[in-house]
Amino acid sequence: MAQTIEVTGLRKRYGDVRAVDGVTFAVEEGEFFGILGPNGAGKTTTLEIIEGLREPDEGDLTVLGLSPWPRNPKLLPRIGVQLQASAFFERLTAREQLQTFGSLYGVPAKKADAMLELVGLDDKADVRVEKLSGGQAQRLSIACALVHDPELLFLDEPTAALDPQARRNLWDVLREISTEGRSIVLTTHYMDEAESLCDRVAIMDAGKILKLGPPAVLVRGLDAPARISVASGVLAVEDARVLPGADEAGDDGVSLTISTRDPSAVVAAMAAKDALDGVQIRGATLEDVFLELTGREYRA
Amino acid sequence: MSTYESFKSLSRAMFLGFKRDRTALFFTVLFPLMFLVIFGGIFGHQTTSKVKVLEVGQASIIDRAVAGGSDQLGKVMEVKKTSDRTDALRKVEKGDADAVVEQDGNRLVVHYSAADQVKSGTVRGLMNSIVESANVSATGKPPAFTVANKQVEDDSLKAIQFFTPSLLGWALASAGVFGASQTLVTWRTKGILRRLQLSPAPIPTVFAARVAVSLAIALVQFALFVVVAQLPMFGLKLSGAWWMAIPMVIAGVLAFLSIGMLIGAWAKTQETAQAVTQLVVLPMAFLGGSFFPLDASPAWMRTLSYIFPLRYLNEGMLNVMGRGLGPSSALPQIGVLLGVAVVGALIAVRLFRWDAV
Repeated sequence: MAQTIEVTGLRKRYGDVRAVDGVTFAVEEGEFFGILGPNGAGKTTTLEIIEGLREPDEGDLTVLGLSPWPRNPKLLPRIGVQLQASAFFERLTAREQLQTFGSLYGVPAKKADAMLELVGLDDKADVRVEKLSGGQAQRLSIACALVHDPELLFLDEPTAALDPQARRNLWDVLREISTEGRSIVLTTHYMDEAESLCDRVAIMDAGKILKLGPPAVLVRGLDAPARISVASGVLAVEDARVLPGADEAGDDGVSLTISTRDPSAVVAAMAAKDALDGVQIRGATLEDVFLELTGREYRA
Repeated sequence: MSTYESFKSLSRAMFLGFKRDRTALFFTVLFPLMFLVIFGGIFGHQTTSKVKVLEVGQASIIDRAVAGGSDQLGKVMEVKKTSDRTDALRKVEKGDADAVVEQDGNRLVVHYSAADQVKSGTVRGLMNSIVESANVSATGKPPAFTVANKQVEDDSLKAIQFFTPSLLGWALASAGVFGASQTLVTWRTKGILRRLQLSPAPIPTVFAARVAVSLAIALVQFALFVVVAQLPMFGLKLSGAWWMAIPMVIAGVLAFLSIGMLIGAWAKTQETAQAVTQLVVLPMAFLGGSFFPLDASPAWMRTLSYIFPLRYLNEGMLNVMGRGLGPSSALPQIGVLLGVAVVGALIAVRLFRWDAV
């Protein structure tokens, strides 16, 4: 079966900046694919080239077996792109927005209500877009991208600037969409989002893909220690250091943290000393992988 | 998928967006109408009012002249009888009446105030001519000399005949330029252009919808102007080929939309677009003859006016709506406006960008 997206050796430069510098990957049918990276990593440019908004300088790509550049009216009805939440016609209600965008794809007007229900906005159908909250506008934006039932959906940082409740709520919507057999490509810089939603992720920096694979595999491959922490004072630092399996220990006055590659041995030893007050065990996450790969220094 | 469906629903979306925008509605529809009402009200009634004469007691010369005279006299003079002489004189002093007349035997006494030179002059002239003609008829002979009055059609226009087409021209120009430039910049900065670019809808359809909405708005402006100006208090008279104003309006809207598209394609932010639009529209309205007739302005201004597209719209509309000239009197102007529309659109297409970056 043909891949949904096939990208080989993609390059795009703006002046001296190599925004995309030799990117190669493939997205399979029905896959939820994430592109992670710090700001300026080239995620958005990569996405825009695949969507057909920009012409690549070099490289081959096919989307659903077709070439996206130049603007390909055969491909456009088969893909959906979620855009920034402000990309709405002014002073129209949520339902009117969906009807208008739907009509560009020949979608009947009554489909709008089904879409509003899908993203949980059925009670906001007659509310003008200016009055929607950030999370509601974002969900409407996704509904607009889905109104013509595309085979492939692009989401560019869909949960940026949303509060935690709105983010979780949107994740539920996205999971529901992906179970319908649709392929989804998502960019984000929230690691928990990628970990919880994506089948595979590509970690990008400076225009290149640094690592590609399922989140769990990437985390395991990192071979990072687990961290066990308890309330400060439960156990002396000196005693903690000599626990069986402990690599390193430190107390910052709030909690005592022990690094270990054998957490079960450490926890057992701590249980024997009755020193498990407020215990937290944290394994490596995608965030550790990401920081390991892209460096920890701050880049504005 | 149907291009027509896309066109229809995009037009609907834009029209609803316009209709729900109170500010836009005010500035495109009500604001120019207010100007029409104000200008029409100030300049529309410059005919002198009648001379008010108070007749104290019985003045048979006046009575005979009013009764036997043609309605010519009634047009310029209004006579009221009164018996209170003191009160009548006070009225003249205060300017509430223009003269008091009383007849003393064969002598007609006229009391007037020198405060209003024009009115008092008219009264004295009128009274002299009434007495003269009474003298002539007293001789029983036909008058030796007569005057034959022949009216020449006034070449200068009544104010409303000028202001209706020229203020309408200004209204159309600002609605057209504003509408197009704001739409383009807003759509680009908000990302609506991108959403349209990502849809399979043909791009010309998107622009055709914007043009259709602007034309509809312009025809509403036109209808409102004509209806209001024809109210008895303003008294616009349409004659001859006034319907030629409709193709004129369409050509004008196309020209101003293309200027607006040009600004919208060039400007990066809404603020820039708004400022540039003002810079284009206001001087064009003043120097293109929307607020005062170009015939009365200095020669350099008249020469300068030829560079403004609004001048041609105003001139053409004035010819067919104000002056009642034939249909062909608007054709050269329609030609110029369509030329502006084509050139503007070609440059706008070259400057056009899908996104803000």
